[in-house]
Amino acid sequence: MKSKTLTGILSNNIVSPLGFTTEENWQALSAGRSELRCYEHGFDLPEPFCASLLDCDSLDEKCNKLISKDIEKYTKVEKMAILSAADAIVRAGIDPASPEVVFVLSTTKGNVELLQDSRGFAPERAYLWSSAQQVARFFGNPNEPVVVSNACISGCAALVVAQRMLAARRCRYAVVVGADVLSKFVISGFQSFKALSPVLCRPFDGERIGLNLGEAAATVVCARCEDAEGKAGSWLLGGGLCNDANHISAPSRTAEGLVRAFRQAASDLTEEAMQEVAFINAHGTATRYNDDMESVAINRLGLSQVPVNSLKGYFGHTLGAAGVLEVIVSSVELDEGKVLPTRGCITPGTVEQINVCQEITTTNKNLFVKLISGFGGSNAALILAKNGDCMLSFIPAENL
Amino acid sequence: MKDNQLYINSYVRLTNEFLIVDGKTVAENDGMDAKEWLSFIYKELILNYPKFFKMDALCKSGFLASEAVMRKEPSAEIREDWAVVCLGRAGSLDDDRNYQETIQLKENYYPSPSVFVYTLANIVTGELAIRHRIQGESSCYICERFDAKLLIQIVQDVFANTSARHVLCGWADYDAACIDVLLTTVSSSEKESVACLDISTLSDFYGR
Repeated sequence: MKSKTLTGILSNNIVSPLGFTTEENWQALSAGRSELRCYEHGFDLPEPFCASLLDCDSLDEKCNKLISKDIEKYTKVEKMAILSAADAIVRAGIDPASPEVVFVLSTTKGNVELLQDSRGFAPERAYLWSSAQQVARFFGNPNEPVVVSNACISGCAALVVAQRMLAARRCRYAVVVGADVLSKFVISGFQSFKALSPVLCRPFDGERIGLNLGEAAATVVCARCEDAEGKAGSWLLGGGLCNDANHISAPSRTAEGLVRAFRQAASDLTEEAMQEVAFINAHGTATRYNDDMESVAINRLGLSQVPVNSLKGYFGHTLGAAGVLEVIVSSVELDEGKVLPTRGCITPGTVEQINVCQEITTTNKNLFVKLISGFGGSNAALILAKNGDCMLSFIPAENL
Repeated sequence: MKDNQLYINSYVRLTNEFLIVDGKTVAENDGMDAKEWLSFIYKELILNYPKFFKMDALCKSGFLASEAVMRKEPSAEIREDWAVVCLGRAGSLDDDRNYQETIQLKENYYPSPSVFVYTLANIVTGELAIRHRIQGESSCYICERFDAKLLIQIVQDVFANTSARHVLCGWADYDAACIDVLLTTVSSSEKESVACLDISTLSDFYGR
């Protein structure tokens, strides 16, 4: 099997408040658990908020074995990124110090908390490239890491970038790490936007009033077709990125950008592939506008019968980690033949009707669609498949 | 000439000292501070875009350079076959610091949504997409220093993998009152181009 753009995902890992490995996270998700909690005075903020926060002591305990004496040299988001990448790298069986490996970091705010209190870290550590260098250098990687910062779609954009770098043969393996932490900065900003729900978020619910934020780091190791055959657990078949050219902080009412992103992602796939879509993992932030916009996009694309879920009720919105984390969870869903319910959604209610998954359901289909949109008018759509022989029918013969 | 050769149709260099369009110095700064200078260029280019005054300094810098670099392009209602790619060093850090000031002290706490909205590195690409009605992809990358090689690779990838036939791209940075912008329009057509897209040309344009 040879394909220029087909990208294999060799391994993955998630570090979140629900667990320090993908397996631990999956167990929590299958049990319907979440670590979203309401905080009265967290981060010294005057208003309460609801978020999924990663306990620093547990993180340090896990990092102690890995980073040992140098643990003080790293910030929380860097430790999370390193911890998530370390396990994925081991599972992929690649040498991270090889010049054939490139690190791609997806983050929106990196170490912005250092603006509040530098805690002895040098001023340059507030720059996103600096965090990426910390991660790549920890693994002894000689290449300059690529930092993708496209607001909420960063994680999915980073996967598209990795796919293109592999297709252009600029590297043999891409380690894509998405990571963000919360701070007074991030939470107060979303509060000032009136975007946060003070209680548990309710994606796609008619009564939804806003999002919850969360902390996480997630990593996938990507490889070209020839290096991934026989090893990949899942495959990235296509990806599209499109701007609404409409507003910097509000989604398009017509969902034009997201519709176009999906069409681009699907442009190289066969009609058979579209029959194999098990579910759509939407952004589903639980804000009025985002969820309505996604319902419009899903209808315009003729996918209103396909089950849709959102993972925000489990993890909150994990910003730069979200795209990577949600792709990993969705891949596990396909492998397990299960579609997770949209935690927090009691009675679906969006401007266009969609098939919100509300109970754990089984599936034997082979593909999922990932949708995500964010500030700056950016939209991304990805299509991934689980590993299997049927995959050959998803790609036009001329592309194989 | 290789099949995949790309060409620069126009380029703009904007720093605290000057505004250069396709090699010609269009405006020179005689002692204004960065914010005065940006407002001066706005008037100099005879623009009528009130949203400009809401923008943070990074977006203002990128916006002004994009206005100058897009002047050669025929006007268009929608640009479906265009993409925007910006690289930068600081991302939104300048506006991040402004926002931090509004929340630093408990007794003087006034978080502002109009400041917070600019605390993302990719808002500048969003502003450019809105202004020039660009509906292809928009992406933002952060690197330690101006990296012509990475920029060219990313732009080549956009041409190779999407339906874009034009890319508005370059370096857009604003940090501690230092304006550092190089924007170009790139296409696969040699007609009316000012140069080939290659590392030495970009480095030359950036260095001048």
